[in-house]
Amino acid sequence: MTTIRSHSRTLLLAALAGGFAAAAAPVAAQQSPSGPAPTAAPAPAAQAPAAPPPWMQGGPDASASANLAPVFPPPIPTAADKLPTAKLKLPANFHIEVYQSGVNNARSLRVDDKGTVFVSSRLVGNVYAIVDKNGKREVKTLAKGLNSPNGIALHNGTLYIAEINKISKIDNIEAQLDNPPKPTVIYDDLPSDAPHGWKFLTVGPDNRLYFNVGAPCNICMPPPTHAQLRSIDLDGKNAEVVARGIRQVVGMDFHPVSKVLYFTENQRDWLSEDQPNDKLNRVLHPGKDNFGYPYCHGGDIEDPQFGWGHSCDEFVKPVAQLGPHTAPLGMRFYTGHMFPAQYRNAIFIARHGSWNKTHKIGGDVVVAHLNPDGTVKSVEPFITGFLVNNNYLGRPVDMEWMKDGSMLLSDDYNGAVYRITYGPQKLSMGR
Amino acid sequence: MGRAGVIAVGAATLIAGTLSGFADPPKKLAPCLACHGEKGQSDNEKVPSLGAQPAPYSVIQLFLFREKMRVVEPMNEAAKELSDGDLQSLADALAALPAPKPPANPGDPARLERARALTEQNHCNICHRSDFSGQGNVPRLANQREDYLLKALRDYKSGARKGYDPVMVEVVQSLDDAQLVELASYLSHLR
Repeated sequence: MTTIRSHSRTLLLAALAGGFAAAAAPVAAQQSPSGPAPTAAPAPAAQAPAAPPPWMQGGPDASASANLAPVFPPPIPTAADKLPTAKLKLPANFHIEVYQSGVNNARSLRVDDKGTVFVSSRLVGNVYAIVDKNGKREVKTLAKGLNSPNGIALHNGTLYIAEINKISKIDNIEAQLDNPPKPTVIYDDLPSDAPHGWKFLTVGPDNRLYFNVGAPCNICMPPPTHAQLRSIDLDGKNAEVVARGIRQVVGMDFHPVSKVLYFTENQRDWLSEDQPNDKLNRVLHPGKDNFGYPYCHGGDIEDPQFGWGHSCDEFVKPVAQLGPHTAPLGMRFYTGHMFPAQYRNAIFIARHGSWNKTHKIGGDVVVAHLNPDGTVKSVEPFITGFLVNNNYLGRPVDMEWMKDGSMLLSDDYNGAVYRITYGPQKLSMGR
Repeated sequence: MGRAGVIAVGAATLIAGTLSGFADPPKKLAPCLACHGEKGQSDNEKVPSLGAQPAPYSVIQLFLFREKMRVVEPMNEAAKELSDGDLQSLADALAALPAPKPPANPGDPARLERARALTEQNHCNICHRSDFSGQGNVPRLANQREDYLLKALRDYKSGARKGYDPVMVEVVQSLDDAQLVELASYLSHLR
C-alpha cells in the first residue's frame, strides 16, 4: 500500500487493488445505538491502575520518551496581515486569499444559498455566521458557551448544531442572524465524554443527520455506544448505527453520484512514529460495516494489545491511507464548476497535521481522485506550506464550496477562513 | 482569595509606580503582581506563582477567565476588560519574570521518590518536560505553590476546572486523592 508524501507534486498514491474496500465486515447488522458491541471477543483484562489520559494511553515509558505534546490553537485569532496565505503553495492558476480573519478557532464550514458562511468552533464554544453585503463582510456570533459545537449542518434553511452531548437546531436561521434564538434540542441520547466527543455533522441524501460518536480514549475497548457513525431523522427520531469500529471522525461527505458515504478516520497514537496510517473510508454496507477499532488500525496493523486473535482481514479496508498521525479532518466532494474538470467529484481532504510524531507531517490539503468504481486512483497535494521547520503556520480543518465553485477553507490555529479560486488571474472578492 | 482579589482590583494604581526589573512592563501587569508576586513567586494562599510561565499557556488561561470559561471570580473580574493584545503582553511579561524557587524544606526523600515514579507512570514529564518547566500551551509546574497545585488537580478531577482541551480532566480521572496530594508535594519541592 502506498502513502502520501506532502511536498511532492508527483502522483503519490498508486491505484489500490480492486475490491479492496468491498470486503464485508464479519458482523451482523446492529441497529440500536445502545445495543451490544458487534464483535463478540471479550475485552482483555483492564490494565493496571492509574491509566494515563485517553490520548496518552499506550504511550511509551516516560523515561524513554520524546518531547511531544498536543498542539492547541491559540485562543486569539491571528490578524489578517499576519496570516500565511503568501507562503502557501497551490497548483498552477489556483489562488488563495483571506476570506475572513478574526473567526476564533474556526472549524466546520457551511454555506447557505444566500452566501452566508456558517462556521463552528470546538474549543471556544461559539458558532458564527460570516455575512457578506456587497463585498463587505461581518462576523456575527450566533451562539456562545456551547459544549464543543464542532458539527454544523444546513438543510432547508435550518441550522443544525452538534455539541458533545446533544444535537439542536435553529429554524429559518437566515432571517434571524441578528437575533438568533436559543437552539432547540432535537436529540440528546449521547455520551458526555470530552475525549473525541466533538462531532462532525452532515445531512445525507436520505434527509437524515449523520454524525460520529468517537472512542472516549486513545486506545481502549469502547463501550457499545461509542466508536460509531450514527444517523437520526431531522427531528431526532429513529436513531440507527451506520457503521462501527471507528475511532474518531471529523469529516464525511456523500458521493454526488453514487451517494455512498465516505469519511476520514483518525487512528491511534503512540503505536510508533510511522504507524498506523490515518484513513479514508467508505460505507458500502450501512448498518453492517466495521472498520476495525480497536483491533486493527490503518487497515493493516493489528493492535498490540487488542489485536490478538484478530486479523485486519476481518474488517473493512480503507480506500486510502493518508499518512501516520496526519489527522485528516474535513473532506468534501468537489461539485462546483470553477475548478478544472479533473477535480469534478474528487475528494478534497484537510490534513490538520500531526503532534504524536517527532518530525511533524500533514498540515495541508490533499485531493483524492477516484476510479469509476469509487476506489481511490491517486492522492495528490493541493495546498502545502502550513508546516515550516516543524512548526505550524496554520492548520486546515474543513472546506466548503461557494456558489461560484470556489473553495472556502477554515484554519483553527489562526482563526481564519481562506478562499481558493481558479483562473488565469486572481479573482479577488475584495475586502 | 477574596482579600487578594480586592487588592488586585482596587490597589492597581498605587502599586504601578513601584515596579522595577522590567524593560517595559505593561501597565496592566501591576494588579497581577499584587497578588501573584512581583518576582514571579506568590506568597498568597492558593494564588499561583506565574514567573517563567510559558506565554501561550498564560494567554489561554487569561482568555478562559475573560470569557468565564474558567470561573475564579477575582480573575474573571480582573480579566473582563482585557483586549486580546493585553492577554498577549501580560503573558509575555509573566514569562519574563524569574521562575519560583523551591521551598527551604527539601521534603521527605522517600516520599518524593514515590511521587516521581507517579509522574512517570502518568506521563506528566512528557508534556510538562522532565524538569517541569512546561512548553507552549503546557504550563510550568516546577516549584509552583503546593496548595495551588493540589487545588488545580482536585478541580480537574471534580470537573470544576474543564481546561481549554480535555486532556488534564482525563489525566486525573485515574488518580485518587492521596496521589494528587503526593503529586502536588513533589512538584512544589522540585530541585
